[in-house]
Amino acid sequence: MSEKRFMKGNEAIAEAAVRGGCRFFAGYPITPQNEIPEYLSWRLPEVGGSYVQGESEIASVNMVYGAAAMGTRAMTSSSGPGISLKAEGISYLAAAGLPALIVNISRGGPGLGSIQPAQSDYLQATKALGHGGFHAMVFAPNSAQEAVDIVYDAWEYAERDRNPVLVLMDGCLGNIMEEVELPPMKELSDADLPDWSLTRRNGRDWQGNITPIYTEAILEGLNAMAGEMYKVWEEDDVKVEEFMVDDAEYVIVAYGIASRVSKEAVLTLRAEGYKVGLIRPITVFPFPKKSIRNLDYDRVKAIIDVEMTIPAQMREDIELQVLDRCPVYEYGRSGGVLLDDEGVLEAVRDIVTGGTF
Amino acid sequence: MPEYKRSNMLADKPSGYCPGCLHSLATRLISDVITELGQEDNSLNVISVGCSALNILYWSGDFLSVAHGRAPAAATGIKRTNPERLVFAYQGDGDCAAIGLAEIMSAANRGENFTVIFANNQTYGMTGGQMAPTTLIGQKTTTTVYGRDPATTGYPMKMCELISQLEAPRFVARYALNSPKGVREARAGIKKAFEMQLAGEGFTFIELLTNCPTNWKMSPLDTLEYMNTNTIPYFKPGVYKDVTAKEAE
Amino acid sequence: MVNINVSLCKDCRYCVKFCPKQILKTSGERNERGHFYPVMTDADKCISCAICATMCPEGAIEVTKGGEEA
Repeated sequence: MSEKRFMKGNEAIAEAAVRGGCRFFAGYPITPQNEIPEYLSWRLPEVGGSYVQGESEIASVNMVYGAAAMGTRAMTSSSGPGISLKAEGISYLAAAGLPALIVNISRGGPGLGSIQPAQSDYLQATKALGHGGFHAMVFAPNSAQEAVDIVYDAWEYAERDRNPVLVLMDGCLGNIMEEVELPPMKELSDADLPDWSLTRRNGRDWQGNITPIYTEAILEGLNAMAGEMYKVWEEDDVKVEEFMVDDAEYVIVAYGIASRVSKEAVLTLRAEGYKVGLIRPITVFPFPKKSIRNLDYDRVKAIIDVEMTIPAQMREDIELQVLDRCPVYEYGRSGGVLLDDEGVLEAVRDIVTGGTF
Repeated sequence: MPEYKRSNMLADKPSGYCPGCLHSLATRLISDVITELGQEDNSLNVISVGCSALNILYWSGDFLSVAHGRAPAAATGIKRTNPERLVFAYQGDGDCAAIGLAEIMSAANRGENFTVIFANNQTYGMTGGQMAPTTLIGQKTTTTVYGRDPATTGYPMKMCELISQLEAPRFVARYALNSPKGVREARAGIKKAFEMQLAGEGFTFIELLTNCPTNWKMSPLDTLEYMNTNTIPYFKPGVYKDVTAKEAE
Repeated sequence: MVNINVSLCKDCRYCVKFCPKQILKTSGERNERGHFYPVMTDADKCISCAICATMCPEGAIEVTKGGEEA
């Protein structure tokens, strides 16, 4: 049975994970995601799961690796600096074909950066979550409710693909409180354990082995299979919201928190008579290429990439689809300084009125 | 009369180890104990990186291969979600005493209910014989060509001594595999650790002094003598912590 | 009695060294991997102590009680 609650984004993610079947969490404290481990430290034992506070992000992601190998729905969460440390383990998850959920509640960077919200990890999330050339599906919800819905089904994707899934949010979305409708608890039994898992609870009687190291011919084959999988994602799994794009002459592209501020700007500028629209990637990997590639560039005069980071990191993905058919501008705030309605509005208004932006 | 039969935990083919390598003897001992305890189907071998990982080439039981140094972390995830499994991590010295120090010490300190078997051969065998955290003072390696100098590289890491200082571990012991007596004691120690784990006792740690004929550049027989005169005086075999012994008093 | 699976042998000679009766000797024969393997020179003197098996890294030596065939 679903129920409505008023929750912080981080807590909503934690509860949605439990309801989606998560029974193991390991993590290391880092702002601004601390509500996730705090919530799960008491919530997981309530449902027969396990919570471990790891000695580091590296250890935590490897605990998840171990739990995932047993077929347990497992997750970890962190923020930029900690995700860098988890990069090793995420790469090994991909290599070993293990499903897991990784949540990045991002903050200002690089380095220790700042503890305030920023969208500074787009390139890391979409291009190189670790060494070796692999991808994970990367979801970028823009509300607590959307985060709940995505996290609830994260393991369906992860287990389908035997690959980690990343949820990319920022400290703002993680910490604002919103009403959420929580889905019912997924009741999973031993019969649901993946047949490849190393548990004996699934009745397996053959040698189980899971490894992230291969001979070269096998590894090349696995690399090629991964490449094919990424193409299938692009066909089947892209999630995107297109808002007032049909007649738009100016199109903002923004994800996550930046898309919420941008939507306000679209509404304001529409009221002023300007034809502005918004393309919001919900999956940033696979990137919604078609939404941008197939715009009518006889009508669209400019694209504006709005991100809460400087320089904009999604811009290259956009430009690869625009292919010089119109100018691409960017506007952002960075370092933990928040985007605000007025800033975005002025920047976009400048462009649509032919200003000097 | 004593007798010996090779465990069916090992595939019927030679190990991937060099002639005389005590990693293969250690692997054989572990397989013997698992068979003796009837845990063939219940055991799970957690393997990280280094020559220690070569046992996957002839290990017939379940195994999970993990990142360098992270076996105690992965074993934590396994054991917390599948407490009934007999879980052990088999780690080399670079794995356990250098890159994975945080993982081993923290797992030991949490009292995780699994066994870590630590093979200490004082070198990085797989990568060609570089200095290990356990390389002896004066011992030559490819990165200490004049012998290990404590002025710049510190001293060999004594893992049993470190871990036995923690509150949570239940059984901590070191054995040398260069003599029949040492091998027999090691086998008994591994068996005790596994039995304690199966009884839910908590963290158990077995250090096995091993060799590396290839990178020590000695014949297998000479390595056994080198261990007598160099390794054993520094890394003293013995039981460093045994909570069950205290309870029996 | 001692049964040596010569194809597993890697010629480390631990069995030869530790046999208390000194009745295992390295043969002049090589196995398929090129290693000289040990042979039993005087089975009547074997006391089935299994020290050879205890020290064999490969588990190439099995020991059975008395003089039964393995």
